[in-house]
Amino acid sequence: MNSTLLAAENLVKTYTSRRGPFSPASTVRAVDGISLSLARAKTLGIVGESGSGKSTTGRLVLGLEQPTAGKVSFDGTRMPREKTAEWRGLRARMQLVYQDPLAALDRRLTIGVQIGEPLEIHAIGTGEERKERVIALLKAVGLRADQADRYPHELSGGQRQRVVIARAIACEPELLVCDEPVSALDVSIQAQVVNLLRDLQEERGIAMIFISHDLKVVRNISDRVAVMYLGRIVEEASSDEIFREPLHPYTQALVSSVPVPGTPLKQRIILQGEPPNPAARPTGCAFHPRCRHGNARCRGETPELLPIDRDHSVACHLVASDAPAGRMM
Amino acid sequence: MFAFLLTRIFRALLTIVLVVTFAFVVLRMSGDPAQIIMGPDAPPEAIAAFRKNWGLDDPIWLQYLHYFGAILQGDLGISMRDGQSAVELVAERIPATLQLTIPALILKLALGIPAGIYAALHRNSLIDRMVMAGAIAGFTMPSFVLGLILVLIFSVTLGWLPSGGQDSWTHAVLPILTMSIGGAGILARFSRSAMIEVLGQPYIRTASAKGVAWARVVRGHALPNAAIPVVTIVGFMVGSLVAGAVVVESVFSWPGVGRLLVVSVANRDLAIVQCIILLIAATMVVSNFVVDILYGFLDPRLRSNQAKA
Amino acid sequence: MEDHMPLVDIRDLKVAFDGVQVLHGVDLTIEKGEAVGLVGESGCGKSVTWLAALGLLPKKATISGQVMLGRDDLVIASQRQLESVRGRRIAMIFQDPSSSLNPVIRVGRQIEEAIGLHRGLTGKAARAEAKRLLELVEIPDAGRRLDNYPHEFSGGQNQRAMIAMALAGNPDILIADEPTTALDATIQAQILDLLARLRAEAGMAVVFISHDLGAVSEICERVCVMYAGRIVERCPTAALFRSPRHPYTRGLFGAIPRLDAGRERLKPVEGTVPEPGKMPRGCAFSPRCGRATEKCRTSLPILSRLEEDCDVACFHPVLEDAPRHSSRKSAEALSMLELI
Repeated sequence: MNSTLLAAENLVKTYTSRRGPFSPASTVRAVDGISLSLARAKTLGIVGESGSGKSTTGRLVLGLEQPTAGKVSFDGTRMPREKTAEWRGLRARMQLVYQDPLAALDRRLTIGVQIGEPLEIHAIGTGEERKERVIALLKAVGLRADQADRYPHELSGGQRQRVVIARAIACEPELLVCDEPVSALDVSIQAQVVNLLRDLQEERGIAMIFISHDLKVVRNISDRVAVMYLGRIVEEASSDEIFREPLHPYTQALVSSVPVPGTPLKQRIILQGEPPNPAARPTGCAFHPRCRHGNARCRGETPELLPIDRDHSVACHLVASDAPAGRMM
Repeated sequence: MFAFLLTRIFRALLTIVLVVTFAFVVLRMSGDPAQIIMGPDAPPEAIAAFRKNWGLDDPIWLQYLHYFGAILQGDLGISMRDGQSAVELVAERIPATLQLTIPALILKLALGIPAGIYAALHRNSLIDRMVMAGAIAGFTMPSFVLGLILVLIFSVTLGWLPSGGQDSWTHAVLPILTMSIGGAGILARFSRSAMIEVLGQPYIRTASAKGVAWARVVRGHALPNAAIPVVTIVGFMVGSLVAGAVVVESVFSWPGVGRLLVVSVANRDLAIVQCIILLIAATMVVSNFVVDILYGFLDPRLRSNQAKA
Repeated sequence: MEDHMPLVDIRDLKVAFDGVQVLHGVDLTIEKGEAVGLVGESGCGKSVTWLAALGLLPKKATISGQVMLGRDDLVIASQRQLESVRGRRIAMIFQDPSSSLNPVIRVGRQIEEAIGLHRGLTGKAARAEAKRLLELVEIPDAGRRLDNYPHEFSGGQNQRAMIAMALAGNPDILIADEPTTALDATIQAQILDLLARLRAEAGMAVVFISHDLGAVSEICERVCVMYAGRIVERCPTAALFRSPRHPYTRGLFGAIPRLDAGRERLKPVEGTVPEPGKMPRGCAFSPRCGRATEKCRTSLPILSRLEEDCDVACFHPVLEDAPRHSSRKSAEALSMLELI
């Protein structure tokens, strides 16, 4: 069996907005040519700052949004058109978990009902079997069976996120896209949820896309990591490698910006300026206005994401593919 | 900015056309003017002649085209009752209505907004509760009931003020009061909730944290923000200045536009009813337009949106 | 000893909202020019402590204890006295910079307001000073940006503007309440860097409130860890990271993934923070603590000296040192790049 579960090729998503019938339309390229692949039971971390297009990428690979160009394949077949029967059938096999669990849950229904809902929608099991499944799911995410009758507001933030995860895994999906799933949680609770996701992955062989701005969490949970900047992947490698030897100047700055407990403010790379607006994309390499190494070529020519070695790709003119990894020209 | 204005004007005209069309259709479907104006005893030939004379025997779409063509030429028709120009008939009633609605608007603003702000600043105090109870009583009570209660107290029992007519300024007092109380209640509630919302915003804490005295925080930082939602309601009130007194004018037999509307509807005097509806729609649309411009003035975030559009 | 007076001396500060106690007696001193971190999870009282000190809590809050600023007790100070302290002696910046500035007032005008209040400058002089402050916080094209509204600034720039406003009164202390939490990683680094530089230049004390132990350790010499309305550990940053003594602090360290570590399983602190009003008897952390004994569940540990400069509120502090982490390879790689 093919080990690649999800593949995306050259995904592009542009949003066009028009304020009124007499106004000119403006176009924003939120995702600008992204290719990625994800093996079964593995985790791909996507990191990037606001406006990098990481959440849009997550919705595109789930088929929740239609790409402007490019294609997504799931388990070897192309993503069916939105709202078709095949598309609906796929919903059970891929699920989304996002940041705010309170918004994801219906406050008028008990959590037991909500966890059982996907089973009902996809007509899995009899009523009695569904009840048992709900109990098993509650236990699997570390909640108690008697909590099935609780309402979302009676739970803590961490418990609510567990409920959302229980619901997401109810139909035994093969793919879970988690968009900032722990960002709203306190650190001690964050670790509980991260461990839960890892355990579930191990037990059930779920493939995960883990989208976050928190490099530390991504480091811990991901097998591979893609770094996004303004709609493009600028570097991709294994989690071990990318944090040990970041090659793209942007990744280096990101890694360096993470405070390391116990170390005073050290020599770190402080980027100048702000992430640019996707509507006003710089020419050439989008990162060049903030890059310390930028030259004329970077201003004029957009670098392709190219493999540096077997397992490590970088989109930067200054990282020579023939030089030993980690060296810049 | 130009595109923004163009869009707005286009929408305004569309609104007016829709309102006028709706009124036209409803009026024609709800009773035969010939029958009503000629009286129940009129001979059928007279009624037929009346119909032919006013074009009422044409199919409705043709009537509509005639009507619309006339509007575009600035002709709003004449009264079926006495043949006077509809515009003139309506125009001569406007000053009487404004005599009531403008003082009433001023009173609403002067009572409602300070009361709402005071209540917000002293949230959950006794005065807050009293203001809110008064406001709810004010705007839930229908104005004809309120009008009759006021007449009962001030005219019948105390005999201080006249209960109807338009002979002196004392005649205006009760209608103005009747109109103001409900609006003041609405404004009080709105200003209170707008103010409470704003007072909970982080920038109010910032202003305090930098050492600004509380009175100045309220005046300089909270009020300009709280004004934004209140302006919508005030705009609506301004929009109903011309025609907002239908009930009160009837209760106090005040010869304004509202009373003319009631009488004309009863008589199926189509041209006059349509003329008044056009006037109502136009004033509403204009005041809405002014509110939008004012929004941009009050809120720089909207201003830059408008500039971009 | 008696002639020494700390800049701020908080003694047994307690706060309750509608009768529910959220701060259970905090003791904290801030010396001139030092940087102190206040770390803890949401609801632990780290922000409430300073909002209470400055009288910025809503009316439903009842406050007791003392907040001594010099010889003045801010808890019993009049509104007028507090207004003269805020921004001039103690300035404060907040978590969400974009909503912390007034959306309908130009940024320059908001800074000028603070300048007018604390330095008596108006008109052209105030504007020139506002421009200087914006330049000080490294906003490019400051003269023109004075006329922008907050929504025309990015989140990071708004936080810079907040800092400029805080500096307007030359305060003795800057309270920074989660100043980088809402910002992107590279912008966080910029703001931390800016705060460290300004502190060195202006010689003001900084209280850095954060849930992020890493960020705190970058600019603070001393750290207080708070849990459920109390300080549970207080010691110099280096010592805290070398050997956290309180089981909760130790738990936090285990729960935070590290960039320079592998993919090993995290060690979360099990359970949840107790709700205010439903505090367990004894030590508030005891239901989640692996070291808790009967004593912990019945009586309350007091913050007391454990070793040099280190105070811990625990009957069974962890005495062995924390495991050392491997050296940071990526840091080496980075410094190598620095040379190129």
